Amino acid sequence: MSAETTSAGATANDVRLYDVDNPAPVIEAPRKRTKKTGRASRGNFEMQAWLFMRLSGIVLVVLVLGHLLIQLVLDGGVSKIGFAFVAGRWASPFWQVWDLLMLWLAMLHGANGLRTVINDYAQRDNTRFWLKMLLYTATVFTVLLGTLVIFTFDPNIS
Amino acid sequence: MATPTLEKADEAGAPEPGFADSPYITVTFRIRRFNPEVSEEASWQDFQLEIDPKERVLDALHKIKWELDGSLTFRRSCAHGICGSDAMRINGRNRLACKTLIKDINPEKPITVEAIKGLTVMKDLVVDMEPFFQAYRDVMPFLITTGNEPTRERRQSAEDRERFDDTTKCILCAACTSSCPVFWNDGQYFGPAAIVNAHRFIFDSRDEGGEQRLEILNDKDGVWRCRTTFNCSEACPRGIEVTKAIQEVKRALITRRF
Repeated sequence: MSAETTSAGATANDVRLYDVDNPAPVIEAPRKRTKKTGRASRGNFEMQAWLFMRLSGIVLVVLVLGHLLIQLVLDGGVSKIGFAFVAGRWASPFWQVWDLLMLWLAMLHGANGLRTVINDYAQRDNTRFWLKMLLYTATVFTVLLGTLVIFTFDPNIS
Repeated sequence: MATPTLEKADEAGAPEPGFADSPYITVTFRIRRFNPEVSEEASWQDFQLEIDPKERVLDALHKIKWELDGSLTFRRSCAHGICGSDAMRINGRNRLACKTLIKDINPEKPITVEAIKGLTVMKDLVVDMEPFFQAYRDVMPFLITTGNEPTRERRQSAEDRERFDDTTKCILCAACTSSCPVFWNDGQYFGPAAIVNAHRFIFDSRDEGGEQRLEILNDKDGVWRCRTTFNCSEACPRGIEVTKAIQEVKRALITRRF
């Protein structure tokens, strides 16, 4: 039966009708639900990710808008930003914690958002896997580098 | 009622004065045809009909099938909006052909009719509903109880019944699931219809399987993939607030945990 199906598919260019002995090829759904669907559970990860997006979003509104206000609007705006300005702010643990929190929340929030975008739009399993690997690598790199800079920042560097 | 029909008859420019008060107008139906036994490609085909605009799209499809082209293939059973067989994409929106009046969808322009999206087209307007029904079966859409069966009916207060009244209206036509952009791209997602039918039992005071159903919908292809685009609520021919039901399941999952 399968051999006949293949031969029918091969000659599909010239218009011909299929019949009982020569059936039309079976059309598979693009991504069928499989037996594994709905079984291989990853616990509560999706729920926690969904909750994290909402909660971190609320905190980020305060952190990011406050950050933009301080950096770009108050006290002469963008022209005041320089090495000395950053060094002055990071002398205080409050701004260190602010920036650290903003870095972590914004990076994880954005990475999780991109993860859902990749899950929604990448069609092939391989594409999805490698895009996510690239995303995770970039996220981990940025978060670690930023954390390192905030904690080891030396205002007297030459 | 009669006045707009008359106007439309005039616009159509009825050739003879005797036809001036005829209710019939000329409508073009642009139907997406697909026959895997003839061509691998789907194509649009136009049919011109003289039809009363107060008729439904399904009547037009019948007229085409019975009088113009018998090979046109579509599903319909009851033809009165209850069986859920004839969901299709009419003018780009998922509707039931048997509940859509021609006068309501601008018959002056060609009316496009195509199969619902996200499911494999078998022929013309007929799709393979199996993935849809598999998702439906996966949420266990039946009463689950423990203990002895009562000798009488299971009693329930009017308020308890009201809690899930909206989701009992589902007719499984797949208009919502096949309007969902997440489902279009990834058939692994349960889809709105399955979640609606899980909602119907999760919030039923007589049912004791809510915990299992919530666990199934907590999976990575469950409710958390919903992006709240509201396509499903707009598509539902029964007026179910589908997105609201999905959000209620999400809330139940969160309040259950914390």
